[in-house]
Amino acid sequence: MKAPMNHSRLVGLTLLACLFFMPPLLLIFDRPSSSGLSWLPVYIFIVWLIIIGLAAWILEGSRDE
Amino acid sequence: MSDWVTLGVAFSYLAILFLIAAWGDRRAEQGRSVINSPVVYTLSIAVYCTAWTFYGSVGRATDSGPSFLLIYLGPTLAMLLGWMMFRKMIRIARAQRITSIADFISARYGKSGPLAALVTLIAVVAIMPYIALQLKAITVSHAVLSGYPLLPTDISGENFWIDKSLWIALVLAVFTILFGTRHLDASERHEGMVAAIAFESIIKLVAFLALGLFVVFSLYQGPADLFRQAADHPGLIDSMGLDAVPGGAVGWVGTLVLATLAFITLPRQFQVLVVENVDEQHLKKASWMFPLYLVAINLFVIPVAFAGVLLGGAAQEPDSFVLTLPLAAGLEALPLIVFIGGLAAATGMVIVETIALSTMVSNHLVMPLLLRWKWLHLDPSRNLSGWLLGIRRIAILIILLLGYLYHALIGESYSLVTIGLVSFAAAAQFAPALLLGLYWRGANGLGATLGLIGGFLVWAHTLLIPGFAQSGWLSMTLIEQGPWGIEWLKPYSLFGLEGWDIYTHSLFWSLLVNLGFLIGISLFTRQNSLEQTQAALFTEGLRPDVMQTPLWLGQTTRGELYQLLNRYLGVNTTFKVFRNFDPERKPGADDELIAPPDLIGQAEQALTGALGSASARVLINSVVRGEALDLEAVLSILDTTTQTLEYNKRLEQKSTELARIGEELRSANERLRELDRLKDEFVAMVSHELRTPLTSIRAFAEILRDSPDVATDKKNHFLGVIVKESERLSRLIEEILDLARLESGRMRLNPERLDFKQLAQDSADAITQLYQEGQVALAVELPEDAAWVVADPDRLQQVVINLLDNARKFADHNQPQVKLKLQTWKKHWRLSVEDNGPGIAEEEREKVFEKFHQIQQQHGKGNDKSRPRGSGLGLPISRGIIAHLGGRLWVENPQELQGARLIIELPRAPEQPPPSFEESV
Repeated sequence: MKAPMNHSRLVGLTLLACLFFMPPLLLIFDRPSSSGLSWLPVYIFIVWLIIIGLAAWILEGSRDE
Repeated sequence: MSDWVTLGVAFSYLAILFLIAAWGDRRAEQGRSVINSPVVYTLSIAVYCTAWTFYGSVGRATDSGPSFLLIYLGPTLAMLLGWMMFRKMIRIARAQRITSIADFISARYGKSGPLAALVTLIAVVAIMPYIALQLKAITVSHAVLSGYPLLPTDISGENFWIDKSLWIALVLAVFTILFGTRHLDASERHEGMVAAIAFESIIKLVAFLALGLFVVFSLYQGPADLFRQAADHPGLIDSMGLDAVPGGAVGWVGTLVLATLAFITLPRQFQVLVVENVDEQHLKKASWMFPLYLVAINLFVIPVAFAGVLLGGAAQEPDSFVLTLPLAAGLEALPLIVFIGGLAAATGMVIVETIALSTMVSNHLVMPLLLRWKWLHLDPSRNLSGWLLGIRRIAILIILLLGYLYHALIGESYSLVTIGLVSFAAAAQFAPALLLGLYWRGANGLGATLGLIGGFLVWAHTLLIPGFAQSGWLSMTLIEQGPWGIEWLKPYSLFGLEGWDIYTHSLFWSLLVNLGFLIGISLFTRQNSLEQTQAALFTEGLRPDVMQTPLWLGQTTRGELYQLLNRYLGVNTTFKVFRNFDPERKPGADDELIAPPDLIGQAEQALTGALGSASARVLINSVVRGEALDLEAVLSILDTTTQTLEYNKRLEQKSTELARIGEELRSANERLRELDRLKDEFVAMVSHELRTPLTSIRAFAEILRDSPDVATDKKNHFLGVIVKESERLSRLIEEILDLARLESGRMRLNPERLDFKQLAQDSADAITQLYQEGQVALAVELPEDAAWVVADPDRLQQVVINLLDNARKFADHNQPQVKLKLQTWKKHWRLSVEDNGPGIAEEEREKVFEKFHQIQQQHGKGNDKSRPRGSGLGLPISRGIIAHLGGRLWVENPQELQGARLIIELPRAPEQPPPSFEESV
């Protein structure tokens, strides 16, 4: 029963990544910092690393099928 | 910088690649694979990052802000699903010996030859510019490196034979031929090539990181310094927001979808992800390590872009920033390292893409044509395995030369980014057929074929042909006014859809047509039986029991099969196939034994690896007499398995349910029997108990009747006995009635708030007379304060007196003692009555609450004659009453007097009576 569980977690993570990488949430972070440059790239890199970390956690935490 | 140094380094680098690939191949032959590791697998997937990434990302960041990141966020999304999606593809490809994306799609749709050819054609048209782009990147980077500070365009005009990229293309052709077509075997894996690609991925990452660190920490004092200066530059202040992305939010989403699909469908990605995969477990690590690689290679793109813009005119084109920045700083080694990094990125892509394309071209375009030529069939002695390799080698050479020609002729007019995205959009056309085919069993070949054609035509109309117009080959009126002046056919705003960037626009229309055809036609046409089988095998690809060898019903001899394989695969491979199947028997062309279906299946797989599934099927069909595959059988096996499993599951549920109900019935039955027995016992007991007093009453009454002359005092005594026995009889009947009321739940209790302490004292007083008669010592220990409980006072007193009376009867003969004690216990009041009699044995303690139960006298009848007997109903009634009052009555271990100790426990009532209660009082 471990495998399907894992699959749903990965699908969930993918949907989460889509949510974070697409406009409605993206627009929130598309605003200038104090220097005038947009926060957007910083936001993307941070979310990107978090998603990768979660993927590693899900995949490495599971036993081999 | 000296041209010779640059060239020397570049070709030395290629020589190293040869060495690594040769080493990888030799290790593979020795069975000590170097690529059997998730890290190498991840690095080989990084062939995704081409010169387009290496030079083009900076260019794209400069021109259109953070949208360059989308090209890498897409693959990240795809890899998150990789553990399901790519693993399924790997399983299927391995089981069916599939070696390219064209073969994969064609096999899914019934091993259709035309579909494979179509996919191959689209791939060649889509990818050729992409290969040209890599060669162009090599040329331009070399020109920048050797000509700086002159612009590369100023030094062009060389003849083509002086163009370095031609020579590089030729070297790559040699490399690809050497390591991509060494042998024909079913797996079509190229270990040496993969090892070289992994090495290239390290080189390009290291080169880019070295450049990034140089820019951020040597040209500027760290990122803070760089970003502060960038913020002061008027051209950069808005460059990293969503506004800089072409098409805005729509363009953002469109490009993300485009990159996701392209990553899955690009032929070279299929090659490294699926075909070259050694162990599907590697996918697990690659799913997060590859995105990490992408993060690393993109980390310095924005700083480099900023630095390039800040440098101004000396930085030349944005696509060249990575070279011009260190060159402008006067460095010598770093530009060379960067150049090698770019070379690694370009050559890696060219090598893998060429292998993938050449396999597709030879298997799905050339071989099917050759197979139709009669003379190839008729001459059985002819060995065609050499032919196959030859065709593939020629294909490699032609593809690379075409790529070079494309670059040399029209490459000038495209920027790096444009070509890349146009290719992506074409490759994305494979996505509907591929992905729907993996998950929807109903998708059929006709739908996939027409969908691909439709999508491809729309792509050509909305991206490829207007691209030609923009490079000046066609009139610009095509874009401005539409073909033949038809407004609504304008390539960049089809049907008047304006305001989107051209890639999202093209992707939307082409996928709409593609998916529309695929789904619509699949819903309204039938699959043939081979398609049904393959569809079932593909969609169920992750189920471990599914991938059997397809069954062949027809017949052929081993000898014929041997000859066929020998012709196309050569002696060694053929020998291996036959030996694997049957190590005992020596294979040979004159073997007349009938080939078993499994062997035919394995032969087909071996041929599929070399020729593609469609051609392999045709060839096997040519020697196997009788009908081809037992399609219905495979299909029905699949369906029956599913159904049987489902059916079994339901049966199992039913039987457990039945077993449970049976168990319940059995226990209910046992309980009924027990109750019946108890009822019989009860009736017998009651009759017995009633008869005893009745007998003595009757006996004395008869004496009085028959002997009128009995003395008065004797008569009085007899009458006294009669009255006493009658009282006993009526008390017994009263008790039986009580019990009946209790058990039927009709007993009426009138609970009220009362002082348990007072009640205990009253009960003790009421029974004092009896105690004094028997000289029993009664010790009473009561709390100081009132003990409030809610109970029916009369009934509770009845119970307490019953307990005290019992205790009196069972107390020790010589020095009878009884102790009554009331104390608080947690949220309850406990009243205990203890005597110093023989006590109640552990196993008897619950039985005393049964009706008519009398404790077995331990000391023999003689000793206990004087002991009065109870009816055996007092304790059951008491327990019933206490239970009705919400308390408990039980026997516990003696504490102070070594006899029986019975305890009543009642919940405590609140200290203050509720107001409503006070009013009612």
